[in-house]
Amino acid sequence: MKIGRIIMLSLLTFVFCLPQVFASSVTIKGSTTVLPIAQACAEAFMNQNADVNISVQGGGSGVGIASIIDGTADIGDASRPIKDKELQKAVARGVDPKAHVVAMDGIAVVVHPSNPINALTIKQIKDIYTGKISNWAELGAGSGEIVVISRDSASGTYETFYKLALDKAKTRPDSLLQASNQAVATTVARTPGAIGYVGLGYLSDALKAVDINGVTPSKATVLSGEYSLSRPLFMYTDGKPKGAVKEFLDFVLSDRGQKLAGEAGYIGLK
Amino acid sequence: MKKAQLKENLYRWFFGLFAFSSLIFLVGITIILFKEGLPLFKEINFFNTIAGRYWYPTYEPPEFGMLPLILASFWVTVGALFVCVPLGVGSALYIHELAGDRQKAILKPLVEILASIPSIVYGFFGMVIVAPLLQDWLNLPVGQTAFTGSLMLGIMATPTVCSIAEDALGFVPKGFREASFAVGANRWQTLTRVVIPAAGSGISTAIILGMSRAVGETMTVLMVTGGAAVIPKSFFQPVRPMTSTIAAEMGETVIGSTHYHALFAIGLILFFITLVFNIVAEFISRRFRIKLGLGR
Repeated sequence: MKIGRIIMLSLLTFVFCLPQVFASSVTIKGSTTVLPIAQACAEAFMNQNADVNISVQGGGSGVGIASIIDGTADIGDASRPIKDKELQKAVARGVDPKAHVVAMDGIAVVVHPSNPINALTIKQIKDIYTGKISNWAELGAGSGEIVVISRDSASGTYETFYKLALDKAKTRPDSLLQASNQAVATTVARTPGAIGYVGLGYLSDALKAVDINGVTPSKATVLSGEYSLSRPLFMYTDGKPKGAVKEFLDFVLSDRGQKLAGEAGYIGLK
Repeated sequence: MKKAQLKENLYRWFFGLFAFSSLIFLVGITIILFKEGLPLFKEINFFNTIAGRYWYPTYEPPEFGMLPLILASFWVTVGALFVCVPLGVGSALYIHELAGDRQKAILKPLVEILASIPSIVYGFFGMVIVAPLLQDWLNLPVGQTAFTGSLMLGIMATPTVCSIAEDALGFVPKGFREASFAVGANRWQTLTRVVIPAAGSGISTAIILGMSRAVGETMTVLMVTGGAAVIPKSFFQPVRPMTSTIAAEMGETVIGSTHYHALFAIGLILFFITLVFNIVAEFISRRFRIKLGLGR
């Protein structure tokens, strides 16, 4: 009995002391695309500011924005801008979502390294994804059925691709759905007839990125705006950020934070 | 005396609370599934959803045809049966009837280890090793197909089928076998004409629970079946079962949207499928125990 009481007491003391140990805490939730940036920045930030505790979670852009509306997070990560329906919900709850662009992401169209094709136009990409072109022979690149690989239609990467490359046309129903950038990269690297799209951070020697409308996907072409398949990445806050949240966002946008975003495979704004 | 009784009552309540908490969870989950799933059918006709052929949840206007998803789950589960029934029932028969004590001591724990491998490991193995192999061997355009999914799910469901089937064989009273040997039947005859028929409904229960495991599996099918939302024409085509649709899309959808309700509606359908499987399994196993004179 006595031991139980001692354990109870020490547990209670521990729980009540936690807020004193970490003077302030910041919760970040949302897009898995933004997650690596948030994570790298949070670690570096906490090393400098021992009194701030930052917890970073994934979940997806929808979760990120919902957590700002519900007030369950201080920062909501999203790889797409807020939607009208979400904005209405936010207004109804008295929440004022503020967007902060923290980095750029380029989407590269990739094929198997053995594929002779080096460049495609946006129109050809659209035709491949809608099913108008279904054999590599039609593009003069050997022969064989094109295996079209796409992302789950709710992901931020898909949404950007669907707006920028497909002009909101429907992908062929038998296109393969993969649940992450990494899964697309793995599948394309192992399937000679495949075409897919991934964030620039996921390019490797196992994949071949094609030029789009004559522009090679790279940091320089994304930042200059020449490369068409690129998108901003957001961190949302409720109203103007204050206190630790503001300090953290300032850190993300600082030279150091932007360098970390670059190391995570994205394109820093500077 | 009174204090002791009070203490006893306290413990009773305490553990009773734990026992009933699973009931609370079940009720809670069911309520949420209905609450979040049913609004879909207010917006879209039930029949159009179940029999719709196209799943384009994020387009304008969106389409929520679940037929390809339901059929994909069905195909993959049936395919898994072709793998897990021979493997599971076969190994149960071998372990229980034929293996010596030393083999049994090795085989049983091994099958149980197979059950404890996390599904994402199966998925990873299927995606990185099995799918490329099948692609090469069968000369397919892509290795992530219904067949790959069936194979992986079948292997995953094997331990479930095996251990329940083995229990069923263990329930067959010793007298049945002895009587069979006594009238001059050999080992094979005893096995096929006495033991298997006697354990038959127990084995069916094992198979149904294996199916229930296969139809609800998520991570593995998400990784190995390719995820094309089309009505499958062959086993060697990519498909998208219901579970992987929920897993892939739930995190990114707008909470409270039609798409969100549609994903819950899929969950509701899955819930009913596994519920029916479990009720049937329970029913069969009850009859089985009565048949063997074990009562209930």
